Formats: sequence, C-alpha cells, structure tokens
Amino acid sequence: MAQFTKANSLYEWLDQRLALSKLWKVLAAEYWIPKNINFLWAMGVVLVTMFTILVISGIFLLMYYKPDTKLAFDSVNYTIMQEVWFGWLWRHMHAVAASVVFLVIYIHMFTGIYYASYKRGREMIWISGMLLFVTFSAEAFSGYMLPWGQMSYWAAQVITNLFGGIPFIGDDLVVWIRGNFYVSDPTLTRFFMLHVFLLPLVIMMLIGLHFYTLRIPHVNNQDGEEIDFDAEAEKYKAGLKKESKVIPFWPVFLSKDFFVLGIFMIFYFFLVFYHYDFAMDPINFDPANPMKTPPHIYPEWYFLWSYEVLRGFFFDVGPLSAMDIGLIAFGIANVIFFFIPWLDRSPVVAPAHKRGAFFYWFWALLIDMIILTIWGKLPPTGINAWIGFFASITFLLLLLVILPKITKKEAQRAGGAV
Amino acid sequence: MAKSRRDFLGMVFGGFAAAGGLAALYAMKRTWDPLPSVMAAGFTTVDLSPMKPGEFRTVTWRGKPIFILRKDKTDLKICKDQDVQINGEDFLVRIGLCTHLGCIPAWQPDRKIFKCACHGGEFDACGTNIFGPPPRPFDIPPFKIEGTKLVIGEEGPEYKKLVGKA
Amino acid sequence: MRELKILAIVIFFTLVTYWGVEPFAHSIMHPHHEPATFKYEDLKPLNKKGDPKRGMKAIVNNGCVGCHSIKAANVPAPMDPVTASASYGVNPPDLSLAGALYDEKFLANVIVNPAHAMKLDHKFGDNKPFPMPNFYGNAQDLADIIAYLKALAKHQQLTPKAAFINACGRCHDMKYDNWYVIGPKPKMDTELEKAEFNLKHAQYQANLKNYLGTNPPDLSMYIRSRGEEYIRDFVEDPQKLLPGTAMPRVGLTKEATYQVIEYMEKVGDRKKDKRNFLGAWVLLYFVIFSILAYLWKKQIWKEVE
Repeated sequence: MAQFTKANSLYEWLDQRLALSKLWKVLAAEYWIPKNINFLWAMGVVLVTMFTILVISGIFLLMYYKPDTKLAFDSVNYTIMQEVWFGWLWRHMHAVAASVVFLVIYIHMFTGIYYASYKRGREMIWISGMLLFVTFSAEAFSGYMLPWGQMSYWAAQVITNLFGGIPFIGDDLVVWIRGNFYVSDPTLTRFFMLHVFLLPLVIMMLIGLHFYTLRIPHVNNQDGEEIDFDAEAEKYKAGLKKESKVIPFWPVFLSKDFFVLGIFMIFYFFLVFYHYDFAMDPINFDPANPMKTPPHIYPEWYFLWSYEVLRGFFFDVGPLSAMDIGLIAFGIANVIFFFIPWLDRSPVVAPAHKRGAFFYWFWALLIDMIILTIWGKLPPTGINAWIGFFASITFLLLLLVILPKITKKEAQRAGGAV
Repeated sequence: MAKSRRDFLGMVFGGFAAAGGLAALYAMKRTWDPLPSVMAAGFTTVDLSPMKPGEFRTVTWRGKPIFILRKDKTDLKICKDQDVQINGEDFLVRIGLCTHLGCIPAWQPDRKIFKCACHGGEFDACGTNIFGPPPRPFDIPPFKIEGTKLVIGEEGPEYKKLVGKA
Repeated sequence: MRELKILAIVIFFTLVTYWGVEPFAHSIMHPHHEPATFKYEDLKPLNKKGDPKRGMKAIVNNGCVGCHSIKAANVPAPMDPVTASASYGVNPPDLSLAGALYDEKFLANVIVNPAHAMKLDHKFGDNKPFPMPNFYGNAQDLADIIAYLKALAKHQQLTPKAAFINACGRCHDMKYDNWYVIGPKPKMDTELEKAEFNLKHAQYQANLKNYLGTNPPDLSMYIRSRGEEYIRDFVEDPQKLLPGTAMPRVGLTKEATYQVIEYMEKVGDRKKDKRNFLGAWVLLYFVIFSILAYLWKKQIWKEVE
C-alpha cells in the first residue's frame, strides 16, 4: 500500500495518484532523440498534427453530414459548404489534409528508406508504419465516397470491382463488400461506418503502436551511427549538453519540430484557401449518377502509382489474362514495402549516399514511382500504355531483384571489411 | 494429476470461448451480406407475352436500364444471331447504356435507331453501333428464358449461345 | 546548408509530381480550345436600321406574342409553363430582357432560322421542324423588332439572377437557390401542395426530356464542377466543347454571360469572398507562428549545439 501524505497543491495531489511527473519524464523530458538529425525527422510530428486536423474537422463535418444516397451530396455541398458557419472551412481543411497527409507519409517513408531506418532492431517501426499507410489508404478511400459525387461513385465502382479478380470467390466478394450488386445505399452507409469509426479507431491504436516500437531501438540518425542512449543521456543530464549525442524530446526536439510545422502549415493553408482543386476534384461536384460514366476515371494522386501497376500489364501472356497479371502485380505492389527490411540483405545502416549502388537504386525507385504516378492519371492509350508497362516492370524488378542483389554484394563487402 | 486436469479444463474453456467468438463472427459476416430485398432485386423477371410487335420497354436491373424491343411482324431489322427468340417472337434485349460513356440512349421509333443525347452516338435495332463515338454494340445482360418470361441476372443456355460461351 | 539542399530536393520532386498529375495530365485529358470571342462570326449581320417605335406592331403582326410573353410591356404569357412545355417541349422565353441578353446578330438570326442560329441543324429539319417557325416577314420588320427589344431592355436592370433565369432557367434547375424550371418553389404547408408542385415539375421535366432527349442537369454546383472558363466557352458554343450535345447555342452577349457566371458563383460558391479574406489572415498567423518558433528554437538549441 502506497503512502499518501497531505498534498500541498493540486498538481502534487494528482502526482501522488497518477505519477504525472514520472510520466512526463518517460514520455517527453527524458525521451531521448539523436542530435544528429535534419528537418526530415520532423515529419512524424507533422503527421500527428495532420491527423489531429483530420479528426477535428471530421467531427464538425459529421454533425451535418447525412449518409444516405439521396441526401449525402446536398448535405455536403449545400448544408456544409454554404450554410454551416465555417462548414466550408472544415471541408476544405479535411479534403486538403487527406491529400497532403499522403505527401508527408511518402516523404516519411522515403526518409526511412534513404537512411536505412528499417533494420538493426527497427523492423517493427517500419512494419507498424506500413500498417498505418495501409489503414490510411482505406480511410482515404472510404472517405472519398462520402460526398457521393461522380468521382466518389465511379472510383468506388472501379476499385470494389478489383476484388472480382480474386479466384473463385471474386464475384460474390464484390457483392458482399458493396452490400448490393452495384455501388448503392448500403455501400455508402457501411463505408461511412468504416470511415468515421472503425478505421480511425484502428489508426489511433496503430499510432500508439508505432510510437511504442520506437522506444527500444530508438530513433535513427543522419549517419546511421549506433548510439549508447543510456550513456549519452547521462552525459546530457550531467550538464554536458553540447557534448552529448542526444537531446530530450521536450523541449529541444519539439522546438525544432514546431518551426518545421509552422512552415508546413503555411504551405497547407495556402492549399486549403487558394489551391484546393488537386484534392477536391471538380468532377466530384457533379452528383453521383450510376447511369453516366465520366469520361476519365482516376483515383486520387496518392493511389496512382499502384493503380498504374495494375493497368500496366495490358496484354495476355499465355493462359494469364492481362487483368489477372495486373491484379497479381497490384497485389505485390501493395505489400512489397512491408518486406523491405528483408529484401535489403545488407546489415549496413547508413544513409544512401554512403552505400554505393543503393544510392542509385533509391533515386531510381523514387523516379520510377513518380513516373507511375503521372502515367497512372493519363489515358492508357498508345505510347502511354507502354510507358506504364515498362515503369511497372521496372518497379517490380527494382524491389524484387535489384534490391536483394546489390545489398547482398554490400553485405559481402561489409563482411570483408569488418 | 491436478495439473493435467487444470490444463484440460483450460483447453475446454478456451475452445468454448473461441466457438462463441466464431459464432459472433458469423453473425457479423451475415450482417454485411446484401439484404434479402436486395438479392431479390438482383433478378428482374419480365413477362414478354403481353408485348406487342414494335413495342419498346425499359426495365431496371441492378441499377442499369435494360432495353427490350419486340421486332417480329414489323419492318424492324431482325438479326437472328443477336436477338432473343421466345415462342417464335423476336426480341432485342440489351443493357441500355451507351458503350461510349454510359449515357442512356433513347429509342426513336420513327428512325428505328437508339440515339444518345450525350455525344450523338447511334445504335440500330440490332444494338450495333452505327454512328458516333461508341466503340462497340450494346452489352447483353445475362438472362434465362422461363416459358414466356425473361429472367435477367441468370445465365441460361440461350444467353451462353448468344455470347458464344457455351 | 545541408537542410536547405534536402528541402530543395523535396520541393523539386513534389513539384514534378504535382505538375504531372495536375496541369500536365489535365492538358492531355482536356484538349485546349480557343476561348470564347462572343462574335458569332458564322452568322449574317443585321443590315437594316430598325425603328423601336414600330417594333411592337411588328411583333404583334408577326405573331410572336402567340407564344412569347413580354411582361415589361404588359403582354402576359398565353399559357402556364407546364402547358407550354407540353406544346413546344420547353416554355418559350419572355422577351422583356431579350435585347440585353442576346447578341444583336444572334437575335436577328434566331428569329429568322432558330435551329440554325442555335446550331441544332443536326436535330431539326424538314422531318422534325423546330417548335418556333422560321421568320418569313420582311427585313425592316425584323430590324424594328430588334430595335424595340433593345430599347425595352434598356429600361430595366439586368441582374445576374434575371440573366440566369431568362437564359438558362427554363431548362436547368438551380435548386440551391430554390429555382426550378417551372419557377421558384413557394413555401408550402400541406402535403397536397407539395405533391402538386412536384407533379408539375415532373411533368415539365418529362416534356423537356421528350424534346431534348435528356434532362438538363441542375446547375447549382457547376461553378465548382466546371469552372468559370469552361462555362463561359461552353455557353458561347456548346457544340464546340461537347459535339452532339442537346444543349443549343444560347447567343448571350459577353456581359450577359458574365452575369450568368456571377449568379452561378453566388449560388454554388457563396463563401468565396470569406475564403479569400480568411485565407490571408490564417497565412499571416502561421508566418508569425513560424518566426516565433524559429526564435524559440534558436534559443533552446544554443545550449545543445
């Protein structure tokens, strides 16, 4: 039984019961981050901020949104956009944040790949991050359906149709997911449930997991240097702040993050107020019409690279139809990044520019994914189809063949050197 | 002795709890299933016997319009291998969406064509695209013939023959 | 320095991706078209000078008021909208504002040969005549009618809403501003009244569909879905942007077109001014936020660096 003495302040009273000062130490004041970092290390805090913005704006949209195919479009475009005080602001913030959050996720991911922050004990950080990416994708897809505009409808129609390619159960699965033979009211209401409750809940739990995975291996640094965190922390606490290789999360690390965040917010709010079409497709301001297909159907920009891998294989090979090959490639593309820690066969933890061939591999992957993204939006005709095909093949080769090969060589060299 | 009994009881309890979980999962899966009314609406049954020669009807099937046109005893073009014959009567049965961009064309009896108001595409009485941007004829919905009734949504032998699947 | 280099790389690849999926992709999906000139160069100009004083007589003599109302001159509509749409497909326009809405050259041509001026030759011909008959009267009458309509329109103010209702509102609903093809929806208390209104609306829509082959869309959100530029160019010549469309060329003047667009913006994007205003303040806030954050960061990092 703990001893409780009379408390002299509310804080002390709470501290006795909840160990607030200890909690604060563990979570912030004595949570150690390497000093040798750059602004790319601030993307985590930027992502938390974006997610918070999405939750808060989402709450206010939820107050007036009506999940019914007859009411949804008007509740968004009339009630929220034109009547509710600041309703337009919440919607613009929500839509733009949903798009921009993926830009930050990709920067965060490529930072992790560049600095090899997915190995030597950091595998679970990477995997929980990838789980977050997948859940965010599902969240974005289900949310895009809710305004019930033309793009909402046809993107949902096309994407749910993809499941039809799964052998044996495909057709039934599509009907099961939609709750009808075509995208309709039951589809909207179940995706509404996913979007406003189940998926956010999963995301919040995964964010907790993602933070937790950082505690034991700690955050990586710009040079991949192995740091003795306990010893460096002692140095810091002893007053050798300049000599120590670590800084506390609060206030040192966060003070830099807030500055990066401020710059990012200028960019974000510029988009919210003055440049939102990329995130709020004009076509989606036409109400959903199952009887009229828009001339061009394309997913949001952050899905384009995997969509292009799906479309890239446009001819049959032997018994496999183009659609099946595309689906297999698409399936691989969506899970391949989970396996990066094992596709990279080298134990070396260092930034890409110190890893020889890996450096070129990194930029090749980035450029290939940008090509896939751009061609994923273009109509797949003539030369475009071939560019998409080669970019898709390159994508698969880069990850499945080239990465293991070059990193195996690197491992041999490193083994020889040590 | 006491230990193994405890293990056994633990396993029984674990298994029983898991069975309950499975039962709950089944209930959840069923809740996601399409409702009976939705399933019933997935099959549209049309009695064709009251249709007069030259009569045109549109029925809805799974959110799509289905065109039905009776063509025998009229001067409408009959295309034996593309039409549906029931009791010696000849029908055109098609999904009524323009194959260009999915607008719904209108049947113009005076010109004997389907005309799409969106981009001017035209289809003849056999459902073939004859003018404008549509890339291919109207699609054929899966159907089955039951007496004088047409069940849209099920693949019968006549359908398979029509699309060359049999 | 290194941080700036990294930032430059991040910005570069972000911009390349943006350029690829937005301006570049859209330029390929939507081929460039020439902007509207509002000159209607394919039409013959009016070569006679009209006398507004003789215009009203010419209008009566040529039978215009058999179908058209001119409310500004106290000429009532011969039929209600639903009945008129049953006879002609669409409710014929009131002519009070015609002189201000329509280009003079277009007005002359649309009276002489409506289907041709509206670019509907592909739909109407000898087999299926346009509901409004061609004009076979003399050229002086035509000039007088136009002079009269222009003089009449001068006495009234053309508001954005009036421009929309006259030019677009007989085929298109604008439900976010309570405008329907049969008129504004009144406040109704009983279910019977509501049912009657809906029935009239549905009847009108059915007649319209019969006439055009399709139902024209509600335009409430078109300012967001199509944008000002597209609407302007589409209104000037629908066939140019959407070949085969059922929409006729309307022949609006440049001023009237911009009035219509202004109205569409007031209805579909009514928070635009607020958005632009608030945006500046929010950006200013984050500029100051960033400056303060930078100063604070510098102070804190002085101890560790």
